[in-house]
Amino acid sequence: MNRFWSRAALAALALGLAAPASAGTGQPSPWQMNLQNPVTEVAARTGALHDGVLWIITAITLFVLALLVYVVVRFNEKANPVPSKTTHHTGLEIAWTGIPILILVFIAIPSFSLLRYQIDAPKPDITVKAIGKQWYWTYEYPADQGGGFGFDSLMLSREDAQKANQPALLAVDNELVLPAGKTILVQVVGGDVIHNFAVPSFGVRIDAIPGRLNQTWFKTDKEGMYYGQCSRLCGANHAFMPIAIRIVSPERYAAWLVEAKKKFASNADDSVKVASLSRVD
Amino acid sequence: MAHAATAHEAHHDHPTGWRRWVLSTNHKDIGTMYLIFGIVAGLIGGALSIAMRLELQEPGLQYFTNPQTYNVFVTGHGLIMVFFVVMPALIGGFGNWFVPIMIGAPDMAFPRMNNVSFWLLPAAFGLLLISMFVEGAPGSTGFGGGWTVYPPLSTSGHPGPALDFGILALHIAGASSILGAINFITTILNMRAPGMTIHRMPLFAWAMLVTAFLLLLSLPVLAGAITMLLTDRNFGTTFFDPAGGGDPVLYQHLFWFFGHPEVYIMILPAFGIVSHIISTFSKKPVFGYLGMAYAMVAIGAVGFVVWAHHMYTAGLSLKTQQYFVFATMVIAVPTGVKIFSWIATMWGGSMRFTSPMIWAIGFIFLFTVGGVTGVVLANAGIDRQLHNTYYVVAHFHYVLSLGAVFAIFAAWYYWFPKITGYVFSEFLAKLHFWIAFIGANVLFFPMHFSGLAGMPRHYVDYPDAFAGWNRISSIGSYIFAFGLLVFFYGCWQAFSRKQAAGENPWGAGATTLEWTLSSPPPYHQFETLPRITGSEH
Repeated sequence: MNRFWSRAALAALALGLAAPASAGTGQPSPWQMNLQNPVTEVAARTGALHDGVLWIITAITLFVLALLVYVVVRFNEKANPVPSKTTHHTGLEIAWTGIPILILVFIAIPSFSLLRYQIDAPKPDITVKAIGKQWYWTYEYPADQGGGFGFDSLMLSREDAQKANQPALLAVDNELVLPAGKTILVQVVGGDVIHNFAVPSFGVRIDAIPGRLNQTWFKTDKEGMYYGQCSRLCGANHAFMPIAIRIVSPERYAAWLVEAKKKFASNADDSVKVASLSRVD
Repeated sequence: MAHAATAHEAHHDHPTGWRRWVLSTNHKDIGTMYLIFGIVAGLIGGALSIAMRLELQEPGLQYFTNPQTYNVFVTGHGLIMVFFVVMPALIGGFGNWFVPIMIGAPDMAFPRMNNVSFWLLPAAFGLLLISMFVEGAPGSTGFGGGWTVYPPLSTSGHPGPALDFGILALHIAGASSILGAINFITTILNMRAPGMTIHRMPLFAWAMLVTAFLLLLSLPVLAGAITMLLTDRNFGTTFFDPAGGGDPVLYQHLFWFFGHPEVYIMILPAFGIVSHIISTFSKKPVFGYLGMAYAMVAIGAVGFVVWAHHMYTAGLSLKTQQYFVFATMVIAVPTGVKIFSWIATMWGGSMRFTSPMIWAIGFIFLFTVGGVTGVVLANAGIDRQLHNTYYVVAHFHYVLSLGAVFAIFAAWYYWFPKITGYVFSEFLAKLHFWIAFIGANVLFFPMHFSGLAGMPRHYVDYPDAFAGWNRISSIGSYIFAFGLLVFFYGCWQAFSRKQAAGENPWGAGATTLEWTLSSPPPYHQFETLPRITGSEH
């Protein structure tokens, strides 16, 4: 089944339906028309299913359009001055009930398997915690995995992002650094109101709800920067609390852990650091 | 005959001046007031959306220096369009006008309650508008938490009284709708003319019957949820506050148990209207009448058990998500029955492309586009990538703005001669269609792309990469707005040139009872009940 979807996706790409050339990786690109390029198995499977379903719905829409054009041309006053009196056709009615059911079952099978793959998280190598707050993220690394520290991640202003040669409204001061090739479990919770932790290239999106510990997972082999944005209306600066994840080699990750432990050690004392950002104008 | 009718009417109360409107118990006058109300609210709701598109035309903050004000506009746009434009126009307006006439009744079952239903609405709208000018979130006015009003943003996030006004507005609008629903159900079940059996009833009456049941069953749940919100905000309860043992997700379940039927409340009357228009101008009875009627019943019933597909990212368990994927996909089947039955109604017909007809055909195509993206979103696995992105905004505007609103305009041009007695310029009505069709597609189709690329909803500003499609969308919204100028000019022209429409301007295909009456119909119709003998279905 999976192979079918990948092939359907490839065909879609070949026909330009999915406009792959313009899709960004880890961040959107100008005039992009399809999903961001996947770097995890979850995102790849999600994209393949989406592209497969896109084929089906495009075909259905064109079919309906063709029927409309046909009746408009064939059954207008001039072409057909005397209307028929037909108001029933049992065969047709069974067909347009039955065929959609078959199409839906055809979609449901890969859809259910994708859903199971997304939700049933494998045993993680690394667990981190993401706390959504008005209007930034706090990331915590557990002590038993070489962490024991946490830090706040705030959006850079447009000017600072430009200076750092990073995309505006996506770049942050302190990135969430994680290693490639490891299964990472992110525990997500809301600190004040509901936020949403989303990273399109990872195929990840989960609500950060106060009083409820949600989780999501990802695993990628590709090092690089991956951006996401808060996806739950959370107040004035909802548009200004991006998620920025830097995936590095396991060696560099180990080195970063040591460094970060020193850098963020002071945070242990005043763990609830108040953000200096009140509004981004 | 005419003389006798006038003499007879003198026995009935026919108030004039302000009494005719403020104290009205006449379903046609109340329907007219609902339509005018919907137009006025539509202008305000539309103006809010134009302001949003102006802001989003470029990256960066242009007009909304305080982003919270943008959120207030988004929220106001949603609430106004749902509760004060689409519902009043389709249900209160066209429903009031034509349900009694179509079933051969002299008026609604509870005329005085009908008056209360209408006059609660301006009160509710007033409260909602006041809400935009009192403090909400600290340091800003209005409620900016979206039309779904999720806590804790709607509790601890907005300590000011803005949302309390908003909640009371929704309570009153909800009471108005529940009273209206009781009125429609009673009217349709008890006041059909002799021979008008339920299976001979026109499809618009069927649509309104199903809609009224959805209102009656879903609105009390919303009322309960927002009352709990009100007590959480003001009286120290913790229904939705985890600190006191509550759960914010409980609110989401309650809200969407109302919210999902609500979207069918907005589209089912449109289904009824489109069926009549397609049948009239194809000069053919509706194809598969019973299937059409029971497809609406099925959509209404299944619509109550699919709510959590709005909550796929809330952290629901695998099995829960699987159930809601399955149930949601089921809805595509009766919806498909409707689309194909409309096409089959036209098949073999002798179609005349009047303005209502092209609006209705436009509706069928655009509703199909919005419907199939609904199938995409029904899959929780795919929705993981699209939830709360512009893809969702595109989807629900295709079914509501290009679906329900196109049906409202189709109905307007179809029934305008009946309601006013005047002819509406076909040229202007068609010009309006083409401007609206192009504008709405330029506005909403690119949102599929920005959504797929990952642009989240409710954003006052966005990364530069999203600038291209947003600029196109904004241009589309100006085109659509220009079409409204044509619409208003057409209305002005029709009222000033006063060209009489006659009893039935649409010819042999218009078979429902309203076309047997004068245009406009007499103040009280069917003093002798019509007798329905056969069925064309």
